[in-house]
Amino acid sequence: MDLLVGQVFTGLSTGSILLLAALGLSLTFGQMGVINMAHGEFIMAGCYTAYVTQQLVGDAGASLLIALPVGFLVGGAMGLILEAVLIRHLYHRPLDTLLVTFGVGLVLQQVARDVFGAPAVNVTVPEALRGGVDLLGTTVPKTRLFILALAVVAVTAVTLVLRFTPAGRRIRAVVGNRDLAETAGISSRAVDAGTFFIGSGLAGVAGVALTLIGSTSPTTGQSYLVDAFLVVVAGGMGRIKGAVVAAVALGTFQAVFETYSTASLAKVGVFIVIVVFLQLRPQGLFTLRTRSLA
Amino acid sequence: MLRLRNLTCGYGRTPVVHDVSLDIGADEVVAVMGHNGAGKTTLLRAVVGLIPVMSGTIELARPDGTYETINRRPANRRVKAGMAYVPQGQQCFAHLTAGENLRLVADGRRHGKTLIDTQLDRFPALRGLLNRQAGLLSGGQRQQLAIARALITEPRLLILDEPTEGIQPNVVAEIESTIVDLARDGGLSVLLVEQHLGFALQAAARFSVLRSGRVASTGATGDGAVERVREAMAI
Repeated sequence: MDLLVGQVFTGLSTGSILLLAALGLSLTFGQMGVINMAHGEFIMAGCYTAYVTQQLVGDAGASLLIALPVGFLVGGAMGLILEAVLIRHLYHRPLDTLLVTFGVGLVLQQVARDVFGAPAVNVTVPEALRGGVDLLGTTVPKTRLFILALAVVAVTAVTLVLRFTPAGRRIRAVVGNRDLAETAGISSRAVDAGTFFIGSGLAGVAGVALTLIGSTSPTTGQSYLVDAFLVVVAGGMGRIKGAVVAAVALGTFQAVFETYSTASLAKVGVFIVIVVFLQLRPQGLFTLRTRSLA
Repeated sequence: MLRLRNLTCGYGRTPVVHDVSLDIGADEVVAVMGHNGAGKTTLLRAVVGLIPVMSGTIELARPDGTYETINRRPANRRVKAGMAYVPQGQQCFAHLTAGENLRLVADGRRHGKTLIDTQLDRFPALRGLLNRQAGLLSGGQRQQLAIARALITEPRLLILDEPTEGIQPNVVAEIESTIVDLARDGGLSVLLVEQHLGFALQAAARFSVLRSGRVASTGATGDGAVERVREAMAI
């Protein structure tokens, strides 16, 4: 029983990390169709934002609270610049976008290496998040619980914004039918920029959170990129609830596989599961029902 | 309200519409007719800003009656200048609810709720469908939604592309009477692309027939118009 609870929680925890990394991508890739290979570097920028904030502020708790919104702004600003300077010229050219953003990612990694050095840096975990909590007979690290809670807050916020605000309606309209949105008076240009800002900002938030469970290096973000893309594709392009289910499912698969094998073999197992799943259901877990595609 | 002067437009480098000139006066309804592939939709897409103009000009009247060239103005800013477009095929934002389709264009407008209510009075069938996903509505319901959405922007020029195409007859009659009422009430110019000759010539004051992307015939609707249109369309 303890083992099962432990597995479930590890799955949820890994899933929430994947979800935080993938949530921004579900907007920029899932909704807008932009394959942004520099998304991982936006996560990395969030990590370094947490590190710099802590250097400046000192107190670990206060710096975490400051770094979360600042990380959102840093990631968002980087996404906004990338969208305005490069990606907007490459819409409908996915291969070019992939190559260009991959190059941008490499440049950003090198910039991080030049500024912060190649060795990994660590962010001190606030006192309140050290140690663990006993849950159903198993000890759960507080940092993991914090990330789980942050993922819930982020998903809820994104869902509420998309569902109930004028900006969210505009984003969904442009994603659904760009030409129709333009002729309804919506500036698709402004909506693209706004969507990219939010998606990239969420990557920054994910980066800040990830400093609680690991060290930060220039390649930190890259390690989350493939998993984030997998979550978005398996969940169904642009479907937030799909991303949630896919992240938790992948996290749980990975946790279970790891129990009976190694981390590397678990990764292989997850890839095989996804390949088989996408063969059976290429559209992902959730799709949109309509009478027409208009 | 709208002046097209020697307008040539198309896709990529291939012109589809050639040298078309057309005038729509204030409160006037003008019908553009032609067979499939004649260039009607391409012409409208250029007018609303979805494809670029290759040569010629699109001029839109300002509220003070003077004209300005809007060739390079983005589509969304043409809406703000008083143009509304109902595209072919009962297009709506399929994954938004019907209510969200309307709120989307009412957002940020003064009296947005009143504007929506006015259109729901015009199309009462939509009242009970506001929470339904628009993509799951019938063709007729979606067309009513599309026209309501366009009218919420308070246009001075309404551009309709085959509004009755592919819709069941009883809803067609409703949509036709709405368009005739809108034109009669005044304050709105209408550019109507329509294959249904009887309705087009009843609603419009003047007509133009396109053939192979060029104006083949133009004139006032009235006595003899049906024959002239049929002759120009080579029916």
